[in-house]
Amino acid sequence: MPADRPLRIVLAEDSVLLREGLTGLLTRFGHQVAAAVGDAEALVTAVAEHDPDVVVTDVRMPPGLHDEGLRAAVELRAERPGLPVLVLSQYVQRAYAAELLDSGDGTGVGYLLKDRVGQVEEFVTALAEVAAGGTVVDPEVVRQLLRRRRDPLARLTPREREVLALVAEGRSNGAIARALVVSEAAVGKHIGSILTKLDLPPADDTHRRVLAVLAFLRA
Amino acid sequence: MTVWGALGERGYLRSAWPWRAAAYLLSGALFGALVLVAVLGGLVVGGALAVLVIGLPLLGLTALAGIPVAAVERHRLRLAGLGPVPARHRTPGAPGLPAWLATRLREPATWRELAYAVLLGTLLWPLDALAVACAAGGPLALLAVPALFAADGEAKAVKLWTVHSWPAACAVAALGVVLLAAGAYALGGYAGARAELARVLLGAGDDGDRVTELVRSRVRLVDAFEAERRRIERDLHDGAQQRLVALSMTLGLARLDAPPGPLADQLARAHDEAGRALAELRELIHGIHPQVLTDYGLRAAVADAADRSPVPVDLALDLPGRLPRPVESAAYFVVCEALANIAKHSGARRARVRGGHTDGRLVLEIGDDGHGGADPAGGSGLTGLADRVSVLDGRLSLSSPPGGPTLLRVEIPCRPTDPCG
Repeated sequence: MPADRPLRIVLAEDSVLLREGLTGLLTRFGHQVAAAVGDAEALVTAVAEHDPDVVVTDVRMPPGLHDEGLRAAVELRAERPGLPVLVLSQYVQRAYAAELLDSGDGTGVGYLLKDRVGQVEEFVTALAEVAAGGTVVDPEVVRQLLRRRRDPLARLTPREREVLALVAEGRSNGAIARALVVSEAAVGKHIGSILTKLDLPPADDTHRRVLAVLAFLRA
Repeated sequence: MTVWGALGERGYLRSAWPWRAAAYLLSGALFGALVLVAVLGGLVVGGALAVLVIGLPLLGLTALAGIPVAAVERHRLRLAGLGPVPARHRTPGAPGLPAWLATRLREPATWRELAYAVLLGTLLWPLDALAVACAAGGPLALLAVPALFAADGEAKAVKLWTVHSWPAACAVAALGVVLLAAGAYALGGYAGARAELARVLLGAGDDGDRVTELVRSRVRLVDAFEAERRRIERDLHDGAQQRLVALSMTLGLARLDAPPGPLADQLARAHDEAGRALAELRELIHGIHPQVLTDYGLRAAVADAADRSPVPVDLALDLPGRLPRPVESAAYFVVCEALANIAKHSGARRARVRGGHTDGRLVLEIGDDGHGGADPAGGSGLTGLADRVSVLDGRLSLSSPPGGPTLLRVEIPCRPTDPCG
């Protein structure tokens, strides 16, 4: 099944099994995997060589098996502002997602748990969203964040927290309105109220949404 | 009870202690003389045969003579009420004579014992003999005067003056009784000092080494435990987790192809199961060793633990970057255990984690507003954690009066490894 917009992808994943599986999956959806590499250094080289539309990388990769993949992603975004990066991770911990979203201006990034590649269609949708400049945070990470009952999120009403969670998952105002069965105008109002309560400066809509998600991750 | 302790007691003279002191010194004198003969013999024979090579092992054996001497001496200490004094030798790393010899020749205890044997053979045993002679022999000689006087008509008291009359003989005997009593005390005092010297040289001196060795082995044990956790985490991550993700991906793709019907339903169920297994495995791996602790340090890991706590947690943690890995790990698991206990037992509505790095120590306080009465020995994991903290020279203290509040405090001396963090 062809994608609406075929993407040229550089993939970094140290497990051969998953590297091949992901390559097959992405190809099947009409994307082109320009390079599939197994460590962070090769990722940086491959990006320089292929200039992809989007990078998909694992967090934990050789040589140190720590967070080399994430470091490379942050580095790549510093070198090439606006390069969309989707990071696949095994960790629900928000520190990783926060660091990734902090890189660049926070647009065109995604942080998904590896489990999500099993939800094939959701995964491919999220990838397209990131490639188009959206911000996507894994629903499980968002759920974890919502369990917290600390300031400043404590100031939000339950409905506002719901809206913020959906914003963090990368949904548009329209999608959020459909999910919560309210009007789009109501969603816009909720987002405005969230931003005020989180003491976020006025900015254009996309940027404000990213700031809200960041505030959410850091709180 | 030692001979020194007995000196201060009433009824010392009637007790067995003067006899034990005398026995200790007499046997010491005899044994010391024997040691002198044996060591000298060994040296002479060994030296004479050294030209024939066969003498060299004999000389070597003489170097080890301190070991049996010390064993006997430690045994004899029981006469003076000191003991049992355990030998401070290390256990050889491998069975067999070569390993035993290598261990013995390398450890300070062997050489200290040899020095003691030389001291015993040259100086101590004549002193012991002299002490017994002065403290017991002299007064006994005075006591014997009346008997000698009765037999010969005259007697010499200690070869110094001659006794010619019964009153004089009785007076000398009475002096003998007084001196014998004084001698019993002197004997006890000397025997105590002599035993103390032996104990210091043959036993306690190595306590420092032994404690150091124990502390080191405990640190190694904790390190090994930590490394093992990391290895298990890595194995699960590289193995089972990746395969389950691949399985879930394959099932996801298969669902796209399956026509609606029973097969698609079965696939959907299998897919959901795989998803749940992945989520459980992720939690399990996180519990074994949280990677966020390695990658981002204590603050992020504690913030995560606070996120997961069912009881809301106020967090105020101010750290100067990263701390040594074992410190971060111990502190993290203390916080986790404390938060788990708060959720399970305290009935608290709020918890707080506060801390920072001041005066070269990491200090963390975990408190709650619950009903208190926590018992550190009551099967909570805190005892094990206290051990872990103490390996790092740290301290774990718990204050939990009935009615609350409960406050757990952990202090670990450490230096930041990376101040910019």
